[in-house]
Amino acid sequence: METLIFTILSSVAVLLGVGVVTMRNPISSALSLVGTFFCLAGIYAMLGAHFVAVIQVLVYAGAIMVLFIFVIMLLQLRDEEDYSWSQYGPRIIGGMVVSIVLCGALVVSLSGANEGFGAVGPEFGTIRQIGYLLFGDPQSGTIGKYLLPFEAVSALLTVGVVGAVVLGKRKL
Amino acid sequence: MEAVGLFPVLTLSGILFSLGVIGVLTRKNILIVFMSVELMLNAVNLSFVAFARETGQTDGHLFAAIVMAVAAAEAAVGLALVILLYRNRLTVHLDELDLMKG
Repeated sequence: METLIFTILSSVAVLLGVGVVTMRNPISSALSLVGTFFCLAGIYAMLGAHFVAVIQVLVYAGAIMVLFIFVIMLLQLRDEEDYSWSQYGPRIIGGMVVSIVLCGALVVSLSGANEGFGAVGPEFGTIRQIGYLLFGDPQSGTIGKYLLPFEAVSALLTVGVVGAVVLGKRKL
Repeated sequence: MEAVGLFPVLTLSGILFSLGVIGVLTRKNILIVFMSVELMLNAVNLSFVAFARETGQTDGHLFAAIVMAVAAAEAAVGLALVILLYRNRLTVHLDELDLMKG
C-alpha cells in the first residue's frame, strides 16, 4: 500500500516537473509546480515529516507560488520561445547530458542501499520534537541546538523583505 | 512488495533536481528559470527528509524548513528584481538581457 501511494505520488510529481520545464505559458508552468509541491508534501507526510509537509503546503504552495503567479500576471507576458532546433538544440543536449550524468552518478552510488526504511519512534518528526530542537527542553532548561540558525533565518528574511521593498519602489 | 526505502526517494529527488537543471539550462524566460531553481531546492529538501527518516533524527526536517525560508527570501528579492528589470527593459527574455556583456 505504501509503495503504491509512493509510486503514484512520485510519478505525478515527475510528470508535473516535466511540465514545469516544457510548458510554454509561464502560468501553466507555475500551476504544474504547485502540483509538484502538493505531491512532495504527500511524500513528506509519508516519510513521517509532518511539520515539513504542512510548511510545504502553507509556505511553498501557498505563499511563494502565489507571489510567482501575481508577478506573472502583472507582467502581461506573451507566449514566446519557438523552439528552433538550431538555436536551442545545443542547450537541450547539454541539459540532457548533465541530467543523465547526475542521475547516473546517484543511481550507481546508491544501488547498494536497497532495503526499506527501518521503524522510527512515535515522536519522530512531530512538532514537539522540532520545537525541542529549536528552542530547547523547558524541563531540563537546555538551549536549543538550532536556536542561532533560527535567529539567523529571521534576520535573513528581514533583509529580504527590506531589499524587495527597496527594489520595488520607484522613489524612496 | 517491499516497503519504500532510501533508494526510490533519492532517485525521485535526483530526477527532480535534473529536471530543474534542464530548466535552468534550456529555458530563456527568467520566471521559468526561477521556477526551475525552486524545483531544485525542493529536490534537495526531499533528500534531507529522506535521510532524516533513514537516520531516525529530526534534524533533517529543520534543515528542510531553513531551506524553505531561504527560498522564500530568494523568491521575494528575485521577483522584485524581475519587476524592476521588466520596468526598465520591457522584457523577461534572458537572451535580450545582455547589458553587462562586454
